[in-house]
Amino acid sequence: MSTTTAAHHDDHGHESHGHPTGLMRWVKSTNHKDIGTMYLWFSFAMFMFAGALAMGIRAELFQPGLQFVQPDVFNQLTTLHGLIMIFGAIMPAFVGFANWQVPLMIGAPDMAFPRLNNMSFWLLIPAAILLLASFFVPGGAASGGWTMYPPLSVQGGMSVDMSIFALHILGVSSIVGSINIITTIFNMRAPGMTLMKMPMFVWTWLITAYLLIAAMPVLAGALTMLITDRHFGTTFFNAAGGGDPVLFQHVFWFFGHPEVYIMILPAFGILSTIIPTFARKPLFGYASMVYATAAIAVLSFVVWAHHMFTTGMPVAGQLFFMYSTMLISVPTGVKVFNWLATMWKGSMTFETPMLFSVAVVFLFTIGGLTGLVCAILPVDIQLQDTYYVVAHFHYVLFSGAAMSIMGGVYYWLPKWTGHMYDEKLGKWHFWTTTIAFNVTFFPMHFTGLAGMPRRIPDYSQQFAEFNMISSVGAFALGISQLLFLYVVIKCIRGGTKATNQVWEGAHGLEWTVASPAPFHTFETPPQVK
Amino acid sequence: MIDGDKKTLLSKINKRLAWKLSIIVFAGLMFSFAVAPLYDVLCREFGINGRADSTATAFDTSQKVDKTRWVTVIFTGNTMPGLGWSFHPKQTSMRVHPGEITLTSYTAKNNAETSQLGVAVPSVTPELATLYFKKIECFCFKEQTLKAGENKEMPIMFYVKPDLPADVHTVTLNYAFYNGNAGLSQAALAEKAKSALN
Repeated sequence: MSTTTAAHHDDHGHESHGHPTGLMRWVKSTNHKDIGTMYLWFSFAMFMFAGALAMGIRAELFQPGLQFVQPDVFNQLTTLHGLIMIFGAIMPAFVGFANWQVPLMIGAPDMAFPRLNNMSFWLLIPAAILLLASFFVPGGAASGGWTMYPPLSVQGGMSVDMSIFALHILGVSSIVGSINIITTIFNMRAPGMTLMKMPMFVWTWLITAYLLIAAMPVLAGALTMLITDRHFGTTFFNAAGGGDPVLFQHVFWFFGHPEVYIMILPAFGILSTIIPTFARKPLFGYASMVYATAAIAVLSFVVWAHHMFTTGMPVAGQLFFMYSTMLISVPTGVKVFNWLATMWKGSMTFETPMLFSVAVVFLFTIGGLTGLVCAILPVDIQLQDTYYVVAHFHYVLFSGAAMSIMGGVYYWLPKWTGHMYDEKLGKWHFWTTTIAFNVTFFPMHFTGLAGMPRRIPDYSQQFAEFNMISSVGAFALGISQLLFLYVVIKCIRGGTKATNQVWEGAHGLEWTVASPAPFHTFETPPQVK
Repeated sequence: MIDGDKKTLLSKINKRLAWKLSIIVFAGLMFSFAVAPLYDVLCREFGINGRADSTATAFDTSQKVDKTRWVTVIFTGNTMPGLGWSFHPKQTSMRVHPGEITLTSYTAKNNAETSQLGVAVPSVTPELATLYFKKIECFCFKEQTLKAGENKEMPIMFYVKPDLPADVHTVTLNYAFYNGNAGLSQAALAEKAKSALN
């Protein structure tokens, strides 16, 4: 029964006797690996669901006119697609990686607060149920956009309350999870692992966790004010009572912009792990990577109003936010060039994780560049709320965050399951995803520049061709993810036995334990030289 | 045994750090609530967002009327959903000298079948001019109640400060009339209308 290599620690009682089985193993789990696995599966389920909503959006936009859904349903699809992808798919996926990898990478036996860790995960379930169930209440799901701007979010029906409540729960989960991660990283590193010897992925998560505990409460505050405006007669966001709807946008984006980096910094960490492995060179400029990540995090708190250039800010304010936004491209550029320098003259091979990483560096940079375009004040006034913005944030969130997650899954899957995944199918998944992604979102730059507004179910005849291309790409992108599911399940069920090191160029503590990683690892802390 | 001691020590250190981190969480929460009043004060002080005062300003007698300069003041008004009134400026624009006290008015008519309480929220465009547009008397200083079918003239007395930046030639004053009924019964409204008359 016992699969642990550290079973000789008799004084640890039940901990050394393998793991419980059946359903209760998962419900009551305090094991970081099990919880990480649950996070990743939860995230994948949400990814497929929100992806299905996107299929609905693209089906409606396949042709001009209204074919499949009514405008109010269309708005529900876009709203819930955004909310679920951000809070249900991307964020939990990164927390899943943190759970699996942070203790393994720093040589800790588990997270600092295993029970809180269990709670963080199980809080996700009621939140997800609230979001999914909101489709079935009178009036349908929230339809005012994922940003929940008043007055629409104040006027909306019961589903808005459900969404707000879901976000509150998800916020608590993220905050508790982040405190757990920070505590683990600060207090439970193996002897000899100084902060500047930590793997880059751990660094990016440490900084992300700080962003989370600073930004999520601000969202909680904004949502609470929304609730009291809706039900208790306050007028924070109602001009009739002396409030201001624009205030919500300020508070929301004060959370929202750090949130953007919450969704991309761990992706940077994954890239900084994968690229050195397959370039067979250490990460170029490790220290500058750490400082760049910290700089991005600090700057993320002073750029929020670039989301609201058209709300009527004073010119001085607009200029400040324009320049501060552009400043972020400096540390981001440091990172991109460091990855390129890591690859430079390396002995590169292109297994699936590396393919994903190289694609992310390229595609994320496109998304970063269009972000810079959007930061230019006079241009942004033209582009605000057009498909150009949709193209921009899908290049950073899909080809930035989601594709790094996929790369990370392929990279660590052998360590998690003990089997090599099917390389050929993995490559198929990579190429179909990458091509379909570009077919979907690249034309949106053009429709956006031509003036097609986002969140509208119908459009002018002139946008018909590009929208049809986008829709075809989107369907292909959706189907490709079923292949991903198949590859992962196939790998769990069997395959070539993975070695402990798995990849020739992989370095770090997680590659010193057996594959699959035993239920308990590093009960005796390893010594880091 | 030593291992066990180490464990309790670690768990103690962990808990201490977790509590310290929750201070950041608490500060974030407090900050988000503090932003609401802070935003209000900043907007009014610096005239951000076109937020105009809803309070009377005493006329500064020391300032002179600048006869050499004309400023066009445009008046607009609209009612928000939930208030069944028609509301228009009597005169849509006028030319004034900075420093000159001017009187004009809006007319409002209640088209609904019940008494309604309205709250007018002023705003000034360009935002920069907000700080230089002063109201001595205005219907927006208090709530207005109109009985069903009632027609009312709503006066406003204002002046533009002479130190209005030279590149501002036109100032637009807008009123958005909101329904202020929120939870008031018809009887309470009638009472309010009565006290307003006295």
